[in-house]
Amino acid sequence: MGIATFFRRYRSAPGFAALLACLALAGCGDGSGPVRLQFWAMGGEGEAVRQLLPEFERLNPGLRVEVQQIPWSAAHEKLLTAYAGEAMPDVFQLGNTWIPEFVALRAIDALDAGRVPEAIRARADYFAGLLATNEIDGRLYALPWYVDTRLLFYRKDILAQAGFSEPPRTWREWSDAMARIKTLPGGERYALLLPMNEWQVPAILGLQVGAGLLRGGGRFGDFQSPAFRRAFDFYLDLFRRGYAPALAEAQIANLYQEFARGYFAMYITGPWNIGEFRRRLPEAMQDQWATAPLPAPDGEYPGLSLAGGASLALAQSSAHKAEAARLIEFLSAPERQVAFHRLTGDLPTRRSAWDAPELAGSDKAQAFKAQLERVAATPKLPEWERIASKLAHYAEKAVRGELSPDAALAGLDAEVDRILEKRRWLLDRERSAR
Amino acid sequence: MTPFRINPAVWFVAPALALIAVFFFLPVLAALLLSFTDFDIYALGDVGLLRWVGLDNYRRLLVDPLFHTALRNTGYFVAVGGPLSVAVSLGMALLLNHGLVRGKGVFRALLFLPVVTALVAVAVVWRYLYHPRHGFLNYALGWFGIAPIDWLGDPAYAMPALILMAVWKNFGFNMIVFIAGLQSIPRRLYEAAMLDGAGPWRQFLHITLPMLAPTFLFVTIITLIGYCQLFAEPYVMTQGGPADSTLSVALLMFQEGFRWWNLGYAAAVAFVLFLIILLGTVGQAWLRRGDSSTTFPNE
Repeated sequence: MGIATFFRRYRSAPGFAALLACLALAGCGDGSGPVRLQFWAMGGEGEAVRQLLPEFERLNPGLRVEVQQIPWSAAHEKLLTAYAGEAMPDVFQLGNTWIPEFVALRAIDALDAGRVPEAIRARADYFAGLLATNEIDGRLYALPWYVDTRLLFYRKDILAQAGFSEPPRTWREWSDAMARIKTLPGGERYALLLPMNEWQVPAILGLQVGAGLLRGGGRFGDFQSPAFRRAFDFYLDLFRRGYAPALAEAQIANLYQEFARGYFAMYITGPWNIGEFRRRLPEAMQDQWATAPLPAPDGEYPGLSLAGGASLALAQSSAHKAEAARLIEFLSAPERQVAFHRLTGDLPTRRSAWDAPELAGSDKAQAFKAQLERVAATPKLPEWERIASKLAHYAEKAVRGELSPDAALAGLDAEVDRILEKRRWLLDRERSAR
Repeated sequence: MTPFRINPAVWFVAPALALIAVFFFLPVLAALLLSFTDFDIYALGDVGLLRWVGLDNYRRLLVDPLFHTALRNTGYFVAVGGPLSVAVSLGMALLLNHGLVRGKGVFRALLFLPVVTALVAVAVVWRYLYHPRHGFLNYALGWFGIAPIDWLGDPAYAMPALILMAVWKNFGFNMIVFIAGLQSIPRRLYEAAMLDGAGPWRQFLHITLPMLAPTFLFVTIITLIGYCQLFAEPYVMTQGGPADSTLSVALLMFQEGFRWWNLGYAAAVAFVLFLIILLGTVGQAWLRRGDSSTTFPNE
């Protein structure tokens, strides 16, 4: 089936729905009807956030919120397409690595200038590393909604069986534990699940050893640096030694079932999986899994992780910016962050929310709090998403042995330099204009 | 001297021509112009940042390893999937057209069913069939003592897996066309051949095949065009992976255009794909030029 037929068939339905919604809006726009805010949220969050909204609507009688749930895998495309088609929602969830891109597009409006007063006042309450990812050139463009830093989920029983009572603190301990797990009896099993199509783990390992990823103020790729090379070798070793299966995420039909069966003992993933693990793992398994901050390459535990997360942004094109800002403020309040945590397992971005008993008393969550003290951001430029996908691409080529590590990193740098060509031109133009 | 007069027929065709101009030629022209620029995410935010790059996009395409991979994958799909699809549909059409088959209507409907089923639904089912550990296909291979294959995860098997699915999904359409072609062959030719003592094989070789030639050309060209535009199968099944082994030219165009918003580059990919399909189609027709009956079935 060709591309045209495909889109005629599958993309026309939501478009038509949007058209109907516009007509309906226009019909009740004049006068008495409530203001309808369009809110796009991704994946499980899009579903869970609906349960918080009745309270918002009760507090703001003139406002109605319409949530559209979009899958994470299609979110980036969909937001860009909506921007190009001038069909942006009023408020939307945005991965915080995408913020520079949407700022460059002028798709989002800054939140400072008194737009969300309470949340802005509470600036110090946010984890600093997280808030920094939302700031570009000194302006705050979005508010961190929940934390998405990655760390280790592991099976306590399997680790104990391998002779480790504590989660690994250094790369060396980590490797030893994985080697030991690999030799345990009980059929086909792996120490670590590391989906090959994810760029996060190679990037995290690089940041841990101090690699800058880019050089020259984001003008060139810097993946052939000795530091990144060291991290990349460690990453490839995980597959070479058979600690991790060479699988893409889509190939694991039900990773919760596989985790429960002991197919793999460790998994580097994010907080959303706390809720999923609680819900989907069998009752007997609930005491057997735990979370821990990432091991560090050398002494300084915990090792760095990504200051990942999702933020709430306000569309430049919104016709109801004041109302939309009220929704952002409402969802950012500590008590709502705690309520949202109850619904999804997503972790709050404000320190005061962590005082809630279910967070203060949960080992699984506290590991994240420890990790949050050691987070770093990926380079803040619009091309990052694309660079990240190239990183995943070349890492996969190296894992599969199609390219030697040197060739993969050289290819990656060449490709990144090409991607950054326009940015170099822009930066040079700005410099000569000054 | 007679005054200049417009042929009245022009007024009758004008609305249709205007529509074609606005909805076909204008977008194509715009896309062509786009392919000479570096329209990207910066230009989307501020048109002042658009640069005219001339043939740069095309030059870059020539050396882009990803484009070569996409071209190779699409070529593989067309070269293996195309003939396979035509062969299967011809075989099925011959079977269904045979005098001994009962309940032809039912079989035709059943075999046509995959064509009208939504591809996304088909993909969900096939993803389960292809599952490396719990899939039916590997289970069935197990009966013959064949070790399980990671169909969609292994770069060597991902494309064959997609071809298998695409052939299954699409052969019904060609089959219906072939059946129509078969039924337009006059019975008297077979009767005459039988009187002359020709067996079924000779009848097939000297009557069925030559009489089907126009249908054959139609089917191969339609299949070629459709298979060159391979997109939905890898989009829903593999996203071009693993390791780009199922990345097609159309999927690359989509990713460049709508994932990374390099519309200029994506437009260049689109035009190259168009040229390839045009060359393929013209080449097909040229190969059959000696064939006196080279016309489409309805002409």
